[in-house]
Amino acid sequence: MTAEIKKYTIGALVSNKSGVLTRISGLFARRGYNIESLSVCATEDEELSRMTIILKGEEYVLYQLIKQLDKLEDVIKIGCADELDCVYRELALIKVAASVDIRRQIVEATEIYKAKVVDLSTDTMILEITDAPEIIDAFVKVIKPFKILEMQRTGVTVLARGTHTLKDRDCYGDNVN
Amino acid sequence: MKLNGADILINCLCEQGVDTVFGYPGGAVLDIYDALYRNGKIKHILTAHEQGAAHAADGYARVTGKTGVCFATSGPGATNLVTGIATAYMDSVPMVAVTGNVGINLLGRDSFQEVDICGITMPVTKHNFIVKDVTELADTVRKAFYIANSGRKGPVLIDILKNVQVAECPYQPQTPKNPATKSVLPDKLKDIADAIEKSKKPVIMAGGGIIASESSLLLRELAKKCEIPVTYTLMGKGCIPDGDELCLGMLGMHGTAQAVKTVINADTVIALGTRFSDRVALNRDKFAYGKTVIQIDIDNAEIDKNVTSSMHLMADLNQALTALLPLLKQKQRSEWLNEVKSFKKERNLNRATEIINSASRLSPKDSPIITDVGQHQMWTAQNFDLQSPRLFCTSGGLGTMGYGMGAAIGAAIGSGKLAVLVTGDGCLGMNMNEISTAAANKLPVVILLMDNRVLGMVRQWQKLFYKRRFSQTNLERKIDYIKLAESLGAVGIMLGENDDIENTLEKAFNTACEKSVPVLVDCVISPDENVLPMIKPGATYDTQLDKMEENK
Repeated sequence: MTAEIKKYTIGALVSNKSGVLTRISGLFARRGYNIESLSVCATEDEELSRMTIILKGEEYVLYQLIKQLDKLEDVIKIGCADELDCVYRELALIKVAASVDIRRQIVEATEIYKAKVVDLSTDTMILEITDAPEIIDAFVKVIKPFKILEMQRTGVTVLARGTHTLKDRDCYGDNVN
Repeated sequence: MKLNGADILINCLCEQGVDTVFGYPGGAVLDIYDALYRNGKIKHILTAHEQGAAHAADGYARVTGKTGVCFATSGPGATNLVTGIATAYMDSVPMVAVTGNVGINLLGRDSFQEVDICGITMPVTKHNFIVKDVTELADTVRKAFYIANSGRKGPVLIDILKNVQVAECPYQPQTPKNPATKSVLPDKLKDIADAIEKSKKPVIMAGGGIIASESSLLLRELAKKCEIPVTYTLMGKGCIPDGDELCLGMLGMHGTAQAVKTVINADTVIALGTRFSDRVALNRDKFAYGKTVIQIDIDNAEIDKNVTSSMHLMADLNQALTALLPLLKQKQRSEWLNEVKSFKKERNLNRATEIINSASRLSPKDSPIITDVGQHQMWTAQNFDLQSPRLFCTSGGLGTMGYGMGAAIGAAIGSGKLAVLVTGDGCLGMNMNEISTAAANKLPVVILLMDNRVLGMVRQWQKLFYKRRFSQTNLERKIDYIKLAESLGAVGIMLGENDDIENTLEKAFNTACEKSVPVLVDCVISPDENVLPMIKPGATYDTQLDKMEENK
């Protein structure tokens, strides 16, 4: 009986204090959760930060992770985004080798993906793309043959559509969602 | 009222009703110890080592149900607490550990006796705090007690910088907040009641949660009303009187044959405040295969963690059982109870268990029983008959050798009664320094030292799995335990292999009571005894060994 391994996106509101990231990443390490990405950012409330965690694992691990995180004093709210209709966005900056003869081709790909050229030097370009993570994956694949010099991705940010907010989400009790 | 940080700490402890603190002073807590001295309302037990203080706070908490408190200085003082904190964490014991740290001007500069104790204890505390501002101190202390004592209980550490201890700020006393309780979901309760009603062969597995939530009487009521046999985990010992006709004894790796057979034959397992640890469930996938599993636990993360439940309820057990009982009808299950009775087997006896059985008969009623970790621990769990909860202190989850002596001090102080410590020569070797603490405080602690000159449990596994290659399990020590006891201020009594057990133990209990001193009884036993029955790690219940099986 092998359970299916999937990718899950988990959102958490945590207190904006020093040491919180250590507590959370320490918990992942000691319980052996396989985390693909973790991003932390400010929120509209200065006492809270928001974390977006991408977990790769079975459904059992998802629920364990949520319940274990929920026990931490600094975790205020937590929930799995995949159960809701959400907007996923990520930003990437890609520095690519761009000699005069291939610039046109790069710009073409950039336009198709609705990305932007944000810097140009004699031999390089920096491209910026903001989109759903899988679109960024596809864009990176297209750009790769031109030789990527370096690249940075912010990690996923996610918000549910409609009036639903994480801070109002009922994630305590028997039915952890 | 303006006070300095150290005085605020002591005042906050008084707010919480703390009457005893276990600890050890040092450079970074001088102000706290000065405030303690000037306050004069809190009794402080000076241990021989900070580890002993942490275990004592743990033992105190287990017997009283209150939050145990320990103090240590920065650096090594703080790191010495760690094993004690981890022990409390694994067994969900409420504890607040207070450490000092260097001043803010020295913090992070590798100063003398500086250590990041918050970083170190993060995985073994429910939460921890570093206090850098005196205005936050009082609320931090209150929050620490609240966290330690709410939900699934556990240890909290507060690291207070030296400058905070001397800085002043206004202080307003406050009465402690009671932990918030969630209401129990009625739908789920109804389902659980129906499942119990329908079940033909139910068994209750009672864990430490029954004791932590003070639900022993409710458990007994449930068992009696519905005629359900009860087995307990090591942490649940005392939740139902040993010898009660519905009590099957302990479950798990060294559980009784009756408990194990009952679980095998049951159609429904009602797990109350237990987490199906590997020492209880052994093979978590097959443990309850094909059975209805009803799990009630206060910790959501324990539900379905090791064994998948058929139905569950996240709730405080006291509330849950109070609400569940009226939903259940009186029920007779004489056929099932007769079947369960037929599973009963005589206990395996040896010299050690005879001594423990005698101690069980001769020790004063309501004496707390403390064990260390190893063979003697299992023998005690199997043989010492307990009638009430909060009388058994043992390191179940972490399995901390050296736990016993410190815990016995805390238990003796917390209960105000004679404490019985069953230990081994391996374990006693780890924290025997605390005998001096018990002597200094005139504590009646009877130490039954199971002296087999080997590390018995490890040796037993070497017999089982390592073809008798006794690597490092023979203790070639030349200790004279009688002289040792005397030199530490205790009384030493010899119980040789052919000496009369009852006479010797009676003398030990009488001496401890009359003189209010620790009495060490050096019980010489064979190095070759085994703990039986046994289920091998990861094995299924039907493979329980009644006799020792060695691989050759």
